[in-house]
Amino acid sequence: MEVLELARWQFGITTVYHFLMVPLTIGLSVLVAGMQTAWVRTGNERYLRMTKFWGKLLLVNFAMGVVTGIVQEFQFGMTWSAYSRFVGDVFGAPLAMEGLVAFFVESTFLGLWIFGWDRLPKRVHLACAWAFSLATVASAYFILAANSWMQHPVGVEFTDGRPTMNSIWAVLTNNTALAAVPHTIAGAFAVAAAFLVGIAAWRLWRGRHSGDGDRPVWRSSLRLGAFTGVAAFAVLVVSGDMQGKLMFEQQPMKMASAEALCHTEQPASFSILAIGDVRNADCENVKTFTVPALLSFLAHNDFQTEVKGIEDLVGEYQERYGSHYPDDPALGELAGKPIDYVPNLPVTYWGFRIMIGFGALSAATGVLALWLTRQGRIPESRWFPRLALASIATPFVANSAGWIFTEMGRQPFVVVPNPTGVDGVWMFTAQAVSTVSAGEVWASLISLTAVYAALGVVEVFLLVRYVRGGVDAVMPPKPPPGDGDDTENSRDPDDSGDDVLAFAY
Amino acid sequence: MMDLATLWFCIIAAFWLGYLFLEGFDFGVGMLLPVLGRDDTERRVMINTIGPVWDGNEVWLIVAGGAMFAAFPAWYAGLFSGVYLPLLAVLLALIGRGVAFEYRGKVDSPRWRRNWDRVIMIGSWVPPFGVGLVLATTVLGLPLDADGDRLGSAFSALRWDTLLGGLAVVGFSLVHGAVFLALKTDGELRHRARALGLRMLPAALVPLLGLTLLVQAREGALWTAVPLVAAPAAAAVAWWRLAEGREGQAFAALGAVIAAAALTLFGALYPDVLPSTLDTADSLTVAGASSSPYTLQVITWVAAFGAPAVLVYQGWTYWVFRRRISTRHIPKAHAPR
Repeated sequence: MEVLELARWQFGITTVYHFLMVPLTIGLSVLVAGMQTAWVRTGNERYLRMTKFWGKLLLVNFAMGVVTGIVQEFQFGMTWSAYSRFVGDVFGAPLAMEGLVAFFVESTFLGLWIFGWDRLPKRVHLACAWAFSLATVASAYFILAANSWMQHPVGVEFTDGRPTMNSIWAVLTNNTALAAVPHTIAGAFAVAAAFLVGIAAWRLWRGRHSGDGDRPVWRSSLRLGAFTGVAAFAVLVVSGDMQGKLMFEQQPMKMASAEALCHTEQPASFSILAIGDVRNADCENVKTFTVPALLSFLAHNDFQTEVKGIEDLVGEYQERYGSHYPDDPALGELAGKPIDYVPNLPVTYWGFRIMIGFGALSAATGVLALWLTRQGRIPESRWFPRLALASIATPFVANSAGWIFTEMGRQPFVVVPNPTGVDGVWMFTAQAVSTVSAGEVWASLISLTAVYAALGVVEVFLLVRYVRGGVDAVMPPKPPPGDGDDTENSRDPDDSGDDVLAFAY
Repeated sequence: MMDLATLWFCIIAAFWLGYLFLEGFDFGVGMLLPVLGRDDTERRVMINTIGPVWDGNEVWLIVAGGAMFAAFPAWYAGLFSGVYLPLLAVLLALIGRGVAFEYRGKVDSPRWRRNWDRVIMIGSWVPPFGVGLVLATTVLGLPLDADGDRLGSAFSALRWDTLLGGLAVVGFSLVHGAVFLALKTDGELRHRARALGLRMLPAALVPLLGLTLLVQAREGALWTAVPLVAAPAAAAVAWWRLAEGREGQAFAALGAVIAAAALTLFGALYPDVLPSTLDTADSLTVAGASSSPYTLQVITWVAAFGAPAVLVYQGWTYWVFRRRISTRHIPKAHAPR
């Protein structure tokens, strides 16, 4: 394989993997901060136990999100150095801001939260929980602003052969980003919601005979997760619809390949499922079940709009952005070859449907959970906990499919041309890679994939252990009788020289 | 008035210095884990001296990288693709290390902990070596072509002078970690850490001083000779204060050592950011590799508000966890069965 292919696999693997941890971290951080707020406000022990239990699972996952994120900061320079040089003037700024404004807050206040239970006053400790959880959301915003610039470059002029930023405001308020942020954050909450529902349902079922004292903890967690999941799906639908309309204007080829829409249609129908091979852009052997005019609505809010098909778009793209790659030896075997403007259609077509389908399944589980727990009920059946556990996977699948769709759907570009933007501000993926040797990229591809796979097994192993252990396994051990002074309020650290730490690694 | 590109060169040097100073000691703690920690409780004391802060320290590396991307894209691209394999080793080690701290106590089994201790140890030896090698490479140069790309093999960054850079940061981290442990622990561990620090200090700082001398001889300016003299003086002060039992002052003096070394290294590098060893015309320079003035203005505003805030809340964290830790503070292992 050539460096380009290896580099793409590596970026895909490391980024999709990183984004398994990230949504759970974002969603669960905010929910745990909410649980802790409920405890601080009401003093109800149930909320403390929720905070401790879900907080522990959060930490097991958080660590993985942090360490896989380090790779993200450096791999642009390592593997995509031509890209980094070309876009650095614009793309580097939101990345630097993320580090300086969000990531510092996240990691510092996470440390304070983990170790600060007995060192900080209750409310300050709670503020630390909000600081790191909101910082994860801020991180997401800056990264999405950077990614959205690749989908839809704005706020730049073209000087000396590369884009230079002329408005950070335009970059940070890119309408592509403003639609992607609620969509991605809601996707993160959908993940955390399914996690709560699945685990709480299983704990409720497991403790049904033993008189588990924590049933209120699990029931509240189940309800919280179910509400969150349903609300998240509502946001996903609305923001996804906004994204669809932007995609129609900004990335028509991505729109057409999401549908594997070969011929221009007016009005355009939406394909629900296809039978046959969608790989070829000629549409001959494919039968597809469609809803008439729905795609026109998704694209432009009416039932008449014309949506361009792949065939017509290829011609337009060739006219605007060239029909052949430049004859540059840096392009390897692609030098001077015709440019293939059609993304990988099976991936875009099915990725789009998997995203929507699994997202909807996840929301359906939330609705079911709300129904089964209505008016103080506790689900008794055997099948519900199994279903709920299995559906933990659904929003993860939906998130991954959505990202794979949106990133592969913009190929062959790494920076997609803005149809109404400045001329020259686009870049083909083939031009973006470093001049490193294939051996180097093989080394990182293999080693990172192996380490990620091994650590993924360890993370799941630990999560399962903590779920089995329940709340008691995460509550600090009770002090021995006779030693019963009030440990709830923090004291001056200097006075407590002989105290055992509330938490230690 | 300094131009913005030069200001950002200084800011990036300061981020690297902050990283070496902060994560230097927490690397040292991890490196010394099998040496100073005689049983599990002692090892837990050591890990918990850095428990609340190591993650915040590591962000200095990420921000140094991010700032290079934003302010000097060609530096970021040329250096990190040029040192691909050493940087990969650093990343892999940091991945393992971060997870190890968090996961080590989550299963109550000696074997489990022993394995994670190994990960912490490897994860604490490899990155300072790799980071030292990368920094020495940016000061001493790579075989760059006119596009700012590395010519030559994947191993062209592995030379005796860059390896000296790796040893320099390893040696500094070892001493810094020992002094930090003497400062943050109590009881027998504190005495052992102090004794080890005293014994190691003169030899362990030799590579760092050697590197600064080498860089000064090759590329130095007149003013960069001043920190060159200050570094051994600060090292002597560190030894003396440690011998007197003033660990805090020794720790601060080690900070002066690394600051002086960084001044010489980055001062000698300026106005280049990454010299080409083939043709000085192909060297990446502060003026040539920097982003546009507008971008530099934007990130200057962000740094002007962001960076002082970081110093305040990270400083506060160290204040909150200022207490010395000893074996009697360590709670019993608590993990699900």
